[in-house]
Amino acid sequence: MKITLGAVSKPYSALKMKTGDWGTHWPKVDEELCTGCGTCEMFCPDMCIEVVKVGEEEVNGKIKEIKKAKVNYDYCKGCGLCAEVCPANAIKMELKDIYKV
Amino acid sequence: MKFFFSSGHGACPGCSLPIAVKNVLYALEGKCFVVNPTGCLEIISSQYDRSAWGVPYIHSVFENAAAVAAGIDAALKALGRKDEGHVVVFAGDGATADIGIGCLSGMFDRNHDVLYICLDNEAYQNTGNQQSGLTPPGSNTTTTPAGKILPGKIGRKKDMVAFALAHKIPYVATASVAYPNDIRRKVKRAVEFEGAKYIQILCPCVTGWGINSNETIKVARLAVETALYPIVEYENGELVRVRKIKERKPVEEYLKIQRRFRHLFKHPKGREIIEELQRIADENAKRFGLDE
Repeated sequence: MKITLGAVSKPYSALKMKTGDWGTHWPKVDEELCTGCGTCEMFCPDMCIEVVKVGEEEVNGKIKEIKKAKVNYDYCKGCGLCAEVCPANAIKMELKDIYKV
Repeated sequence: MKFFFSSGHGACPGCSLPIAVKNVLYALEGKCFVVNPTGCLEIISSQYDRSAWGVPYIHSVFENAAAVAAGIDAALKALGRKDEGHVVVFAGDGATADIGIGCLSGMFDRNHDVLYICLDNEAYQNTGNQQSGLTPPGSNTTTTPAGKILPGKIGRKKDMVAFALAHKIPYVATASVAYPNDIRRKVKRAVEFEGAKYIQILCPCVTGWGINSNETIKVARLAVETALYPIVEYENGELVRVRKIKERKPVEEYLKIQRRFRHLFKHPKGREIIEELQRIADENAKRFGLDE
């Protein structure tokens, strides 16, 4: 017989709590301005911004990846830190549609 | 899961604790055993049946995080499993400077191979902003309320860096969440040393400090730029690096955007406290040579 002592929580089981509906605002990334530097990714307290590869371009004969920030709206609490720290001002906080009157 | 700390935790929007934690875990590439005493971080990351952690995690009571970490270190040594990861403690300022200071001193004294990280939000923010040893003077908390006579906390912020240095441990540093690259570099440097390591990270609290959720980084940066929170690094007891400040700002700039200090601008004794804080900042700047 196997007895487990205490409560056991599986790694990353917090993911079942979707915190996306907490905030009133959502960050919108302007893909034209985003340079894919990853600053927002290192600052996001909810781990819901990721810089992902969206394509490739050729610069001076070398193939360079194009990276853009992508927001996971399932977990974003709308704190606005990403918009604050973005060096290219590519992120704007927008009021969610359900709060618009 | 790049950061070994997942979304879905219960922190307030804009909380800076996850920023510090994710950068530390990212720097260690998840190779660590985390000990976490009671505090905000425990409440937000390990609610019943919901764990945000992707690394081995143990919650201890308030006073004994350092002792639990020392035990893990001793067990890893005895079992010959030292290469599996570093022992890391994430403790709040109350657990570090007030309640857990006895066990912490013992751990430093025995020089266990533990990285002790103090997430300094300058009060017991989990229970609603009670003053701790690391609360700065003049701060309005529920146990040091600003009233007709007293202008918030009387006394000074405890110098935990000096406390750690007095134990002659190999690595002591301070950091701020406004500079995550600095946090990652310091963590990587710290684990190169064998023995007890202490890093204190300034983590502004949205609700306790009374700031907007998007201002935590700005406030953390202002604390450094006013020299109220000097970023220093000691290796084997010697000051090796400080973060220089280009143009030092007056402390008012840091104080006026926080609700916990707003009484200082109208209280009859407020001016005195502001001058004292400015004197502390000047002292820091002189002592560590912060001005460029």
